[in-house]
Amino acid sequence: MTASTLTIKDLHVSIDGKEILKGVNLEIKGGEFHAIMGPNGTGKSTLSAAIMGHPKYEVTQGSIELDGENVLDMEVDERARAGLFLAMQYPSEISGVTNADFLRSAINSRREEGDEISLMKFIREMDAKMDLLEMDQDMAQRYLNEGFSGGEKKRNEILQLTMIKPKIAILDEIDSGLDIDALKVVAKGINEMRSEDFGCLMITHYQRLLNYITPDVVHVMMQGRVVKSGGAELAQRLEAEGYDWIKQELGIEDETVSQ
Amino acid sequence: MTVETNLPVDREYIRSFSAEKGEGQWLADLRLAALEKAEELPLPKADKTKITNWNFTQFPSHTVTSEPFSSLEELPEEVKTLINMEEANKTLYIQRNQTPAFLSISEELAGQGVIFTDIATAVREHSDLVQKYFMTSAVQPDEHKLTALHAALMNGGAFLYVPKNVEVKEPIQAVYLQDNSEAALFNHVLVVADDNSAVTYVENYVSTVAAESGVVNIVAEVVAGTNAKVVYGAVDNLASGTTTYVNRRGVTGRDARIEWALGMMNDGDTVSENVTNLIGDGSFADTKQVVVGRGSQSQNFTTKVVHFGKHTEGYILKHGVMKDAAKSIFNGIGKIEHGASKSNAEQESRVLMLSEKARGDANPILLIDEDDVTAGHAASVGRVDPLQLYYLMSRGISRHEAERLIIHGFLAPVVEKMPIEGVKQQLTRVIERKVR
Ligand SMILES: Nc1ncnc2c1ncn2[C@@H]1O[C@H](COP(=O)(O)OP(=O)(O)OP(=O)(O)O)[C@@H](O)[C@H]1O
Ligand SMILES: [Mg+2]
Repeated sequence: MTASTLTIKDLHVSIDGKEILKGVNLEIKGGEFHAIMGPNGTGKSTLSAAIMGHPKYEVTQGSIELDGENVLDMEVDERARAGLFLAMQYPSEISGVTNADFLRSAINSRREEGDEISLMKFIREMDAKMDLLEMDQDMAQRYLNEGFSGGEKKRNEILQLTMIKPKIAILDEIDSGLDIDALKVVAKGINEMRSEDFGCLMITHYQRLLNYITPDVVHVMMQGRVVKSGGAELAQRLEAEGYDWIKQELGIEDETVSQ
Repeated sequence: MTVETNLPVDREYIRSFSAEKGEGQWLADLRLAALEKAEELPLPKADKTKITNWNFTQFPSHTVTSEPFSSLEELPEEVKTLINMEEANKTLYIQRNQTPAFLSISEELAGQGVIFTDIATAVREHSDLVQKYFMTSAVQPDEHKLTALHAALMNGGAFLYVPKNVEVKEPIQAVYLQDNSEAALFNHVLVVADDNSAVTYVENYVSTVAAESGVVNIVAEVVAGTNAKVVYGAVDNLASGTTTYVNRRGVTGRDARIEWALGMMNDGDTVSENVTNLIGDGSFADTKQVVVGRGSQSQNFTTKVVHFGKHTEGYILKHGVMKDAAKSIFNGIGKIEHGASKSNAEQESRVLMLSEKARGDANPILLIDEDDVTAGHAASVGRVDPLQLYYLMSRGISRHEAERLIIHGFLAPVVEKMPIEGVKQQLTRVIERKVR
């Protein structure tokens, strides 16, 4: 495998006819960890949803490419098989489908018919990853996210990440709702993925995640755009001082996308 | 156009049919009385489905003789997959069209006095027992045209009797195979669980031929004595040309339990009634039902629990998937009679629609004539949730496979309840084939 590149240029996205993203530019390469921060309602989840192909979000302008391939031409499942992964802020619950069956389908979707992963191998891998993430073994046979606590859902997203091993992952508030111990465990799972072949975009509100997973680049989103980028120290300053200084610096009054 | 109501048989035919089977006078009389009723009684009320022009009465042949199977090896593949071929000591009845084609009963059960045999043999050899329960306490011949017709024309079925205090551990299985498109089937299953007994019975209706205008009329009666427990599993998988009336009804003694797990997978037009009358105080009923409708079939499902005894509990759970231009009505009825205090009636119906042309209607009904009770219902008709699809697809799973997972997941609460592993797997396979 070689390092992949996700390139987003001048991305404009609307939902129900309302423009939310107003020209996002971003490039994420294998081996890099990026963080996106920004006040509520500034378009962070919208960006992640547009990358993955959420049915309600409409790209009206700009491009998304993965290693030169046009992502916008792909169905959601094709995007995933091309190497994209999104840990969702609010994962769906699916009754009657066990976590294990779901994950096996996900893995087999990347393999040829007749070359499905053996049940033994799958169970061994899943057991190992669940151990790493300190998940109860019976979570494998529970229905997908059904009745999972907020923290359990987040761990389950990371379990999928470590099993599926995408090229580029977007993690939307993977730290929200986690207690300190769970945060460490989840960070351990994410750090395990670190390699030249894996790029990651973490959407977060808190420096505490970034204490465990040091980002190479930090971006700030306001008004549906990336308004500032910097190194890990930018996140620290935001944690200490909030967003007002950026707004002043850039002359922004209302940081949301609503104006 | 209305179908002729003139029946294709007369008194003379019934008399000689009954005599040929060696039936006692009581049954011959019951049949003849029922035949008269069948002429005059109306069809059952299948709320919200128009069944007046369905063909329940016209069929090429009431008696068809088929070859029995001398060993299980001769069974068609469809049937082999249903049964545990390895298990030597199983209790199994296979009926081919109307002919008893295979029967084995484990020595242990026979030793305990359990009776399991085809209905004709039971009528001859256990006449008193059969007469006591046959269409007396659960279903009556004169309820409507189809119960009357059933009583008059019964030409197949099984009888299961579990004596007092006998707990049968292994499930008892029956397979009703339709491999002759001419054969009309009037199948009667009578399960009697005497006081303090327990038994699990699982049946499959399987067609290996498509009938042009097949008629199947099934009545199953379950009588659970004081503190008896009956688990009744069924997968109906009759072909598209077959019009089916199926009535499965149970009555409970004090503290008795009846649990139903019904996979309604017919491809033809079907009227199904599943009723449990909770007579004894402290008795319990649980009905779980799954339906997959496809093609242009029309189906009507009534699931009903009637509470007569105090402290009775009734639960109904139905999940249906409708595709193509299939139509289904799901009537769920919880009825609490006056005096049935401290009872609880709960029901839930969920319908998943897979196409624009499919129709599914869930009608939950609570009829309560007593103050001191609890009751609840939930019903929904919806489509596959696009956000669930998005979530699964975002992990690389194709749209088709994602839909398949969601549909199986939707039906899982009932499928999981099938008491025999082979039957559970068969139900899963049938669902797979039908929703594809
Ligand atoms: N259907 C919709 N119609 C109109 N506006 C919408 C719709 N859906 C989302 N929005 C708006 O889009 C904006 C951006 O939402 P988004 O979820 O991307 O924000 P976010 O940056 O992820 O916020 P948070 O930090 O709270 O998660 C919000 O103002 C939101 O109200
Ligand atoms: Mg968000």
